[in-house]
Amino acid sequence: MIKVTIDDVEIEVAPGTTILNAARQAGGDLVPPAMCYYSKLPGTGGKCRTCLVEVAAGSTADPRPMPKLVASCSTPVMDGMIVKNKTSERVHTNRGGVVEFLLVNHPLDCPICDQAGECHLQDLGYEHGSAKTRYREERRTFSPIDIGNKIKLHMNRCILCYRCVAVANQLTEKRVHGVLHRGEHAEISTYIENAIDNDFSGNMIDVCPVGALTDKTFRFKSRVWFLKPYEAECACDKCSGKAVVWMFGNEIFRVTARKDKYGEVETIEDKTAWICNDCRFDKKDPSKWNLIGPRKIDRHSVISQGKYATKNDNNPKLLS
Amino acid sequence: MARKLLIEHADVQGIASYDVYRKHGGYASVEKALKNMSPDEVVEEVKKSGLRGRGGAGFPTGMKWSFLAKPEGVERHLVCNADESEPGTFKDRYLMEKLPHLLIEGMITSSYALGARRSYIYIRGEFMYVLRILEKAIAEAYANGMLGKNILGSGYDLDLVVTPGGGAYICGEETALLESLEGKRGNPRMKPPFPAVKGLWGNPTVVNNVESIAAVVPIVNEGGEAYAKIGIERSTGTKLISASGNLVRPGVYEIELGLSVEEFIYGDDYCRGIANGKKLKACIPGGSSVPILPHYLVTKTAAGTDRLMTYESLADGGFASGSMLGSGGFIVFDEDQCIVRNTWNFARFYAHESCGQCSPCREGTGWMEKVLYRLEHGHGTLEDISLLEEINKKIEGNTICPLGDAAAWPVAAAIRHFRDEFEWHVKSPQEAQSRNYGLIQAPLEA
Repeated sequence: MIKVTIDDVEIEVAPGTTILNAARQAGGDLVPPAMCYYSKLPGTGGKCRTCLVEVAAGSTADPRPMPKLVASCSTPVMDGMIVKNKTSERVHTNRGGVVEFLLVNHPLDCPICDQAGECHLQDLGYEHGSAKTRYREERRTFSPIDIGNKIKLHMNRCILCYRCVAVANQLTEKRVHGVLHRGEHAEISTYIENAIDNDFSGNMIDVCPVGALTDKTFRFKSRVWFLKPYEAECACDKCSGKAVVWMFGNEIFRVTARKDKYGEVETIEDKTAWICNDCRFDKKDPSKWNLIGPRKIDRHSVISQGKYATKNDNNPKLLS
Repeated sequence: MARKLLIEHADVQGIASYDVYRKHGGYASVEKALKNMSPDEVVEEVKKSGLRGRGGAGFPTGMKWSFLAKPEGVERHLVCNADESEPGTFKDRYLMEKLPHLLIEGMITSSYALGARRSYIYIRGEFMYVLRILEKAIAEAYANGMLGKNILGSGYDLDLVVTPGGGAYICGEETALLESLEGKRGNPRMKPPFPAVKGLWGNPTVVNNVESIAAVVPIVNEGGEAYAKIGIERSTGTKLISASGNLVRPGVYEIELGLSVEEFIYGDDYCRGIANGKKLKACIPGGSSVPILPHYLVTKTAAGTDRLMTYESLADGGFASGSMLGSGGFIVFDEDQCIVRNTWNFARFYAHESCGQCSPCREGTGWMEKVLYRLEHGHGTLEDISLLEEINKKIEGNTICPLGDAAAWPVAAAIRHFRDEFEWHVKSPQEAQSRNYGLIQAPLEA
């Protein structure tokens, strides 16, 4: 075990742990935000640069500070490393810069975006973005396309985190999903508008940190904070069947995987609990699900406002 | 006239063919290395020579070679970076076009030193005709037993492959180059692991510039110490400089490092001064991605000493009053050139060539390009100039690969030294624009 200090908190972690994961083990508000890193998907990380931190001392053996800010998601900790995240002014300004860059071409259509309320870019913009934009030019635009019969891609909202590419790479042998063009014109797409034909392709929606990939069975049906998330399970021969169903009254509006506070799909019984497309898109009948109880949602999240039972609920089991 | 170690025979008739090249002392380094030296001795000679990477960063080649991990039973690779796409740099193309066998000779000697059995030359897609020249030369080398199995009876085998890229500037970055060579999208990788540990196909790999590899040939022939005697202090040997812009005689020159910049621009052996009797306005000494120098900092440093063509002297004064030797793309501007237009042009290049992987570079380069476009075309405001500086600071150092820095530095330096001209574009846009069509003369600030 090696010792590392993050924002004056000293923790012991296994060698080879990245700074971000070390911070997550410590918990609290010293955890840097991550838009592209996804611990369950190998090969992600390093791209969005929101997790930049300052390394004030490299290690006990070599206590020199690192000249540049480093991406905490891909930099392994060293013994005696001192990391500054919240306590560094430099990190704050540069992260603000990254957020500004991410918002430069973002349409800011939160009022009509299905991700609003659970969007990481919204949180990040709230914490770091300035209220006004300095970008006077026209934003780049794309038309929404279907990738798969139940998944809609709004490329305008995409921040090119490559998470969905990593999912697609894990799912399929042939590369059908990736990035076309480069620079500002880079876009996520499938090869010549192919559909991804895979039972687990819906997980791309869950890993997307913004509203670029949305569930066509749920699009424009409801705001997420009007729905109540319940932990549920069903017997499924393709996936674990452990999911969260989002209900309004007795109706299931959408089904997602169980996600933790970093927006990552939880590990249940040593397996990442990805859910299959049947569970996600087709099982909208409450009788097919065994409801376990309300899903714990962070008290500060806008979603938690609808979590408590109201008079409209006529299912006594759920009035907890 | 200075000594030429690399391009001395460049103008010999038929030097691109094996026989003529051999007649002029070619492949001597291969014979010397394979017959009389151990691989470690070759590395030692390169270390002694003080050769620094000629691709731009100037990292000591010998040190880079000694970092190469050598686990048992794992293949190692040498990759030659011939993806020369920096605006203003055209030395590698000249070298490969004229002397393909020099590069091949360097590749054999270097591969032997590193223990690589399969080496690659990754060449820029636009250089298709150079690729044919190289392929012909490689075929000749195979036919004469310089490549293939058991070279010169030493028991050393080497295969050399030339692969063209798709023409992306980003593939000149070493990890993006390796991705592209593996057949993937040319996105730079995260470091660590460095290519010396985990490079091509996951094997330890050294990536060197064409000129660095070619320089191994005279180093092995004449010995590292003799090579280190050329040049000044830590800038040893000779360097190819590709001079372009408003010069009487632009072109590729081989200089001994330590030559004064004044001699290079005005000397009879070199560029012979500014064309059409005009005055020098600015100079970019190392390819488009290094900071621009205004005329009063080109031949003299801020401290008043002569500026020399060395890594240290050109960087004297840091970014406030210095620049970098970079890849040796020496671009000269006369008094009529517009710095704003030129900066916009560079910004446009970087916005076009950004791979789009990490956000500061993807969004920042595009944004800078648009703001500079506005300034150049008479729609800018004074706030735009400070906005550019802000964007610069947010990109610089925050990206995966150095392309972000390369895009930010020229803009930052142009604003630092030529703020008057940017403000002139805001305040009298019509005048500034008509200058670019040759209608009026620009004011030359002291």
